[in-house]
Amino acid sequence: MDSAIATTDHADVHAEHDHVALPQHRHHFETEEQQREAGSFGMWLFLLTEIMFFGGLFFAYLLYRNWYYPAFAAASNQLSVPLGAFNTVVLISSGFCMAVGVWAAEMRRKSLLVLMLVLTTFFGLIFLGVKYDEYHEKYELHHIPGDSFNISMFTNPAGYGIKEEPLAPDMAQKTQIFFFLYFAMTGMHAVHMIIGIVLLFWLTWRAHRGDFSSGYVAPIENFGLYWHFVDIVWLFLFPLLYLINRHPLH
Amino acid sequence: MAHEIHTDANDPSNVTNPEHAQHHIVTPLQYTYVFATLLLFTGITVGAAYVDLNWANPVIALGIACFKACIVILFFMHAAYQSRLIKMTIGAGFFLFIVLITMTLTDYISRAWGMW
Repeated sequence: MDSAIATTDHADVHAEHDHVALPQHRHHFETEEQQREAGSFGMWLFLLTEIMFFGGLFFAYLLYRNWYYPAFAAASNQLSVPLGAFNTVVLISSGFCMAVGVWAAEMRRKSLLVLMLVLTTFFGLIFLGVKYDEYHEKYELHHIPGDSFNISMFTNPAGYGIKEEPLAPDMAQKTQIFFFLYFAMTGMHAVHMIIGIVLLFWLTWRAHRGDFSSGYVAPIENFGLYWHFVDIVWLFLFPLLYLINRHPLH
Repeated sequence: MAHEIHTDANDPSNVTNPEHAQHHIVTPLQYTYVFATLLLFTGITVGAAYVDLNWANPVIALGIACFKACIVILFFMHAAYQSRLIKMTIGAGFFLFIVLITMTLTDYISRAWGMW
């Protein structure tokens, strides 16, 4: 790694060209632009595999929603739209701070970059805190799929003060599929956020050390791509899980 | 250290920057516009969910989600300012995703064909 610093001319290709000996510039790249392009390209390929990964979960949701629509509508209405909307705003704010952080790294403004990374982490942690609260509520209601799952809120909604058509017991059992997909999809999303926050701690420390304020932006930029991708997953999860089954409740 | 700009003019054999990648820095003002648009459309999608529009509810919700995803990809993720190689790669990835969804759905739709 440390020996991979470009210092020599490639006289056979074009003698007039001088490499700029920046420490981040690896010798197997002709220019910094090429290195940067290759880095972005690789990051996008990784993100496309992530799209395929989450795509499988989205497809399962699409299919089961069509098969067991009444169960999906009733179960979806048990999610809190205000909490989901609040989390959407929190995540968009986190993405905005990350984007400004990339700009700060480009402008070589170290303290602004550190501040933006800290804010990105802060909003990410708020998101996870709200998510924990939502999971905990489902735990208390016995709405986590498995042996202790309780369908009575869906077979007898009036008994819980919920204005909803009661479901037949077999259809009410299918609410478990909704909640399974809810936990699988938001859980995988949360895992990505936790990984991102761990990386953010590391990047913040390195930014504080001054690694990214002398023209070397690639790690910040590529982490930004990852963080925005995680945002985009939530931008789809929020309407699909919280909003679109919400037939005219007031 | 003189920093040479690698333009096409001093690279006639197209070696140093074959993708013609140009480094573009998006300004915080642009990010603020994107941020405001995202917040606005989050408000619209939540509001639309409380109005009964029958089949149009999921269409509107997903349409807004796709629009928001597009502006995040184009501006927060700088796709609008990347080289054609990267733009093509992103486009090809989404295209493949749609192909996979369509083929799997055709299977599920046609599995019990004629058996009802």
